[in-house]
Amino acid sequence: MSKHTLSVLVENKPGVLARIAALFSRRGFNIDSLAVGPTEHPDISRMTIVVNVEDLPLEQVTKQLNKLVNVIKIVELDPVAAVRRELMLVKVRADAETRGQVTEIVQLFRAKTVDVSPDAVTIEATGSSDKLEAMLKMLEPYGIKELVQSGMVAIGRGARSITDRSLRAVERSA
Amino acid sequence: MTEQAAAPVPHHAGPEPMTGAQSLIRSLEAVGADTVFGIPGGAILPAYDPLMDSTRVRHILVRHEQGAGHAATGYAQATGRVGVCMATSGPGATNLVTPLADAYMDSVPVVAITGQVSSKAIGTDAFQEADICGITMPITKHNFLVTDADEIPRVIAEAFHIASTGRPGPVLVDIAKDALQARTVFRWPVEPQLPGYRPVTKPHAKQIREAARLLAGAKRPVLYVGGGVLKAGATAELRILAELTGAPVVTTLMALGAFPDSHDQHLGMPGMHGSVAAVTALQKADLLFALGTRFDDRVTGKLDTFAPNAKVVHADIDPAEIGKNRAADVPIVGDAREIIADLIVAVQQEQAAGQAAGEHRFDYGQWWEQLNAWRKTYPVGYEPAPEGMLSPQQVIERIGQKVGSDAIYAAGVGQHQMWASQFISFEKPATWLNSGGAGTMGYAVPAAMGAKAGCPDTQVWAIDGDGCFQMTNQELVTCALNNIPIKVAIINNGSLGMVRQWQTLFYNQRYSNTVLHDGPENDGRGPAAGTRIPDFVKLSEAMGCHALRCERPEDLDAVIDKAMSLNDAPVVIDFIVHQDAMVWPMVPAGVSNDEILAARDVRPDFGDEND
Repeated sequence: MSKHTLSVLVENKPGVLARIAALFSRRGFNIDSLAVGPTEHPDISRMTIVVNVEDLPLEQVTKQLNKLVNVIKIVELDPVAAVRRELMLVKVRADAETRGQVTEIVQLFRAKTVDVSPDAVTIEATGSSDKLEAMLKMLEPYGIKELVQSGMVAIGRGARSITDRSLRAVERSA
Repeated sequence: MTEQAAAPVPHHAGPEPMTGAQSLIRSLEAVGADTVFGIPGGAILPAYDPLMDSTRVRHILVRHEQGAGHAATGYAQATGRVGVCMATSGPGATNLVTPLADAYMDSVPVVAITGQVSSKAIGTDAFQEADICGITMPITKHNFLVTDADEIPRVIAEAFHIASTGRPGPVLVDIAKDALQARTVFRWPVEPQLPGYRPVTKPHAKQIREAARLLAGAKRPVLYVGGGVLKAGATAELRILAELTGAPVVTTLMALGAFPDSHDQHLGMPGMHGSVAAVTALQKADLLFALGTRFDDRVTGKLDTFAPNAKVVHADIDPAEIGKNRAADVPIVGDAREIIADLIVAVQQEQAAGQAAGEHRFDYGQWWEQLNAWRKTYPVGYEPAPEGMLSPQQVIERIGQKVGSDAIYAAGVGQHQMWASQFISFEKPATWLNSGGAGTMGYAVPAAMGAKAGCPDTQVWAIDGDGCFQMTNQELVTCALNNIPIKVAIINNGSLGMVRQWQTLFYNQRYSNTVLHDGPENDGRGPAAGTRIPDFVKLSEAMGCHALRCERPEDLDAVIDKAMSLNDAPVVIDFIVHQDAMVWPMVPAGVSNDEILAARDVRPDFGDEND
């Protein structure tokens, strides 16, 4: 299996997220992560979907997604030519003795401490999944009390926008 | 692809003030809907008031919403126009689920209009509330929830557009009661706003040329034709292409009538109960030329052993079908009619180039020798019934002979469906309606009703089983009351025949729950012994139909003649047939098509020269 990042432009209408999520489950495709939000165009939302499939099923995923009437365009983002970010908020056990060590880790990963209490700090970090995973590994020995993470959002590098043809557009035709 | 055949009169209206319900009926008139099958109820009630005054939309009051849905499907398959059904919220809407799933699997253009509880009550578990958009999401091409009356004309226009273009399919429009009651302004025409819906109809020229080149060079090609060819109205083009190339043709269950059964190049139907020649031709082919078909498991058998030496040209309007089950060497996305028309030109160019170069292209002589040998040795046939009893195949074959190829035949699901596909000669498009993908028992009677409502001057026969008939026969009441005189042939073997056949072959003849009525052969257990429950003759008479029964071979012709002579009401014939008849040939489920059995324990001898 390999991971693919799809940027999906959809009509900003009620029920669209349900249509997409339901399509994945009924066709037996695995979603690793899904993030959805507004775009520069008020009528269009953008989803970033990370799927874990081989190339052939990926073709089915994109073709089936394209059949949904509310889906406008699908682009697979090349990991090398895209900026991909996740947001993580993590509450770590840290008292007076260990707080210094924890903040050092925070700085190493260029994360931010967003809340402090006598027994814990809350850290905000953005980055690739690898970076966030590495940071978590460093924080684990102190005791992770609570963890929340967003789905990945991604955008292609360079001046082109997703409407440019030069990105590997997954066209409707075979 | 399937355009409204009787194009609506260009309709410009408005702005006119009216209610949402009036706007709905005006929209239906404007898109050219002439027949709606439905049942009113609380949430849809506002729509039924202006519907009463419409002179252009005929509403047919069915007895169960499932009947409305299948009737809309039958209407659409017979006429090529969008079928329309209507139901209220909650249970009314959920009763449409089976026919919508059926229409989705067979790509039939249907629009279902359902009432929904008031927008303010949505999500509160209100009386007769069901999230029908959520429920039908996986079984519709698209669906809409309308809570604003102003959106009604646009949504209706979009629903009909989506249902009838591209790969056709069912579309559901769920309208909240308050939107039907609200004041709005009706305007027509409306511009559909579907930025994500752009079906490709025009094929790539390069792919067409490549396909023609493969066909020119092939030694053992088969034109593997599916329902898409019928839906695209491409049967005339198909015949030209077939005769131009001389290639053999097989038509799937969904494509019967796309190419004349009587045509010399027609090998029959492929698949689980296809002819030996058709199944084997696909297996041994070096080129599958697939047109508007989807490599369904009932056709391919065990997929990884299907047509192992064949290259594949796959043409379909739905890109997701290409490469879904079988990889295509030449994928072609587009409307079957445009594709075949372009192919004809490309084939002619290949032939001209071949002549110029002195090459033998489209040379299938050896292939035909083999095909004809299989055809001759293993024709589709049946064993006669025990002395004095009717064989189901004989009944169906005789109906086909006497009624002819101009009539429309609708079948239920099971043995009788397969026999109808085998023993009736289909010569014309839109004469064979059945539930192919979903396998919906109970499809025949309401589908025949819908077909007859859409084609009142055509004879419409339902070939039904006694199991199927007991699921939806209530629509005969609708037929009797609305002057829809269909004929229903019940192939009554007293059992769920196809399931029984599997029990005979694979479950040691243990007939668990497949006996529908205990006939005289029963050992006397239970009150049904020796009686007919239900008595289909009495039942049909009670529903306002003429009813006949036929039990002996010598009466067969007279009974069919009598049924054909009665046209003032629906006619039901209870054909009592022997229960041990089986459908042959057969490829058992989950095995390779190489394992086809021409009859019980008869495996054809194909020789080994091409294995």
